[in-house]
Parts: sequence; C-alpha cells; structure tokens
Amino acid sequence: MRSFTVAIASAVVAIIGLSTQDVIPARAQEAVTIELSVKNHKFEPAEIKAPPGKAIMLKVKNLDPTPMEFESKPLRIEKVIPGNGEASINVRAQKAGRYKFFDEYNEKTAQGTLIVE
Amino acid sequence: MLAALIIVFREVFEAGLIVGIVLAVTQNVSGRGWWITGGIAGGALGACLAAIFAGQLSTAFGGIGHELFNAAILSIAVVMLIWHNVWMARHGRELAAEMVAVGQAVAAGSKPMTALAVVVGVAVLREGVEVVLFLYGIAASGDSAAAIFVGALAGLALGAAVSGLTYFGLLNVPARHLFAVTSVMIAFLAAGLAAQATAFLQQADVVTVLDQTVWDSSGLLSDSSLAGRALHTLIGYTERPTAMELVVYLVTLAVIFVLMKVLAPPAATDAAVSKA
Repeated sequence: MRSFTVAIASAVVAIIGLSTQDVIPARAQEAVTIELSVKNHKFEPAEIKAPPGKAIMLKVKNLDPTPMEFESKPLRIEKVIPGNGEASINVRAQKAGRYKFFDEYNEKTAQGTLIVE
Repeated sequence: MLAALIIVFREVFEAGLIVGIVLAVTQNVSGRGWWITGGIAGGALGACLAAIFAGQLSTAFGGIGHELFNAAILSIAVVMLIWHNVWMARHGRELAAEMVAVGQAVAAGSKPMTALAVVVGVAVLREGVEVVLFLYGIAASGDSAAAIFVGALAGLALGAAVSGLTYFGLLNVPARHLFAVTSVMIAFLAAGLAAQATAFLQQADVVTVLDQTVWDSSGLLSDSSLAGRALHTLIGYTERPTAMELVVYLVTLAVIFVLMKVLAPPAATDAAVSKA
C-alpha cells in the first residue's frame, strides 16, 4: 500500500513537472470573439478562422426551436444550447490546425471546422 | 429513428453501467430495490426538471451554469462513492460474515444505501437531462415523432440490457471476492467522475492551471466508440486528458485507497467487535 501511494505521488509530481515545462500559452489577454449560428441544423458559417495562440470566445446562436449540443473532441467542448438560445463558449488558445465541431443531436447535418492559422 | 436509438442508448448505457455496479454491490442487502428505484425515479424527475429549466441553467453564472451544474453533481457522486467505499472497508467484513443470517447487518447496510441511491440518482439525472432535451426537441419539431419514439424505446431497452449484463457478470464473482472487486471498481469509477468534474470546470474556465493535453489516443481508442464510452464510465478513460484531469484522477484514487486502509479495522480484531 505504501509503495502504491508513493507511486501515485511521484506520478502526480511527474505530470505537473512535464506540463509546466511546456511553454504555457499566453493565456487570453483578450479573447478573439467569433459568432456563429445554427439554422435547420447547419452551422453558419460552417468554417470559422482564428489566429493561433489566442484564446477564443465562441458565441453560438441556436436559431432552431430544438436544443443542440455543441461538441468538439479536439477542442474539449460539450455544451447544450437550448432551442432559440445562445451560449458563449470559452476555447483555450490553440496551435495552428483544423478542429472539427458538430451538434451531437444532429451529427449528420451540423458539422463545422475551426481553422487556426 | 436510428439517431434517437443511438442517443438514448448511449445515455442509458452510461447510467446503466453505474446502476449495474451498484446493484451488484448491494446484492445481499434487503430493501435495496426501494433505494435504487428511488434513486432512478429521483434522477429521472430531476432530469425532467433540469431539462425544463435548461435555458435558464445554461445562461446562469455568465453562461457557465451548465458546466458548474455538471461539476457539482459529479462531485456529489464522488463524495458518496468515497463514503461508501470507506464505510465498506470498515464494515464489509461484518456484513460478509453475517450475510446468511440477515440481522443487524441489514440495518447497518442501509447506511451506505443512501449514498448509493444518491449515486444512482445523479447518474440518471446527468444522462437523463440529455435524453429529455433531445426527445423534447424532437417532439417540438413535430416530425415523425412516432418513429423517434420507437427508436428511443429501443435505445432504452438496449441500454437496460447492457446494464443487466454488467450486473449478471458481476454476480459471477464469488461472494467473498465481491467486496474487493466492487471496491476497486468503485474507486476507479469515483476517480473517473472526479476527472470529468475537472473537465467541466476547465471548460467553464474556472480551473485554468495545468490545462495542457497530456496525450492524444483518439486514434487508438476513440471516446465516441462503444468501448471508449464504457471505459469512460468505468475508469474515466478519455482520449485527450489534461494534466489537471490526470492529477485529480490519481489524487482521488490515492485518497480512496489511503482512507480505506487507514479506516479499516485491524484484521485480527474485526470479528463482530466494532458496532460503530
């Protein structure tokens, strides 16, 4: 039991050590705000762009009467937005790349991409 | 119809795994049916209420109400699971000894039952909110409601079947090992829930330290696959954990095992001595 506890403690220390080695991204001096909406279970616009290394604030308007769940695995977002509702979603600063998001309740039609470049 | 089936199945599956474990943990406690039914009913009722107020909920606290709500109910579940495990470490031996002659052990057994009823309720509440929202949305839009309804029922049945499999699988564990097995399962379950609570706090920007992704195993085992979902519920697997999630996960595990060890009665003197 003791050795188990020691193992866990050293794992925790190692994780903290490893993570702080990374350059901590300049965190959200000011977030870039991007607005998008959903209508007929489609994102508008379906492609949004943001600069790298900056926190992003997504303002998502759900213009459909039905609720949606804004979800993105790579961006680590999972957020329910009620019908005719609106939500602000914090996205931490990202490296350049393409990040997909979708509406979990209407995965077929509601697909979008965040392009960081 | 297929979409409804998949969504309802997914949510029932996640809540059902937890219910299956709790059922197995309590298989020899009389009156457990009431507690667990109560937990499920309470969770379902709560889910309907939460879905009705979903609009207010998601805009509360500057738009992070839903995240805080999830983090809060997950934390409650973690505390209840820890309490249960520690209680079992203290009294499990007496319970096991008296299992055949159901006497005081049952009265004592009702104590962790409240904790487990809360855990069941919280699991049903959390997954139920999504089901209710989704089905309500379908009903509101009006199209082919009957097909959706059939799909939802099929999803519910499939999810319940998986919970049943979990339960009967655990029943095959010999009774004298059952406490040990379920204690470990509950410890990992609690650690996983604690990590999920952390993820919600990070999404809400409440917790901002150590938010780097430690690894990405989405190519190996995706969160959205069935196996990924099961492992997510059972041990808290996630394809892209942040450092903070890992730390919280490991610390929760350590706390549970240390508390169980420290608070367990010494092996030699446990026989029917402690009544506390």
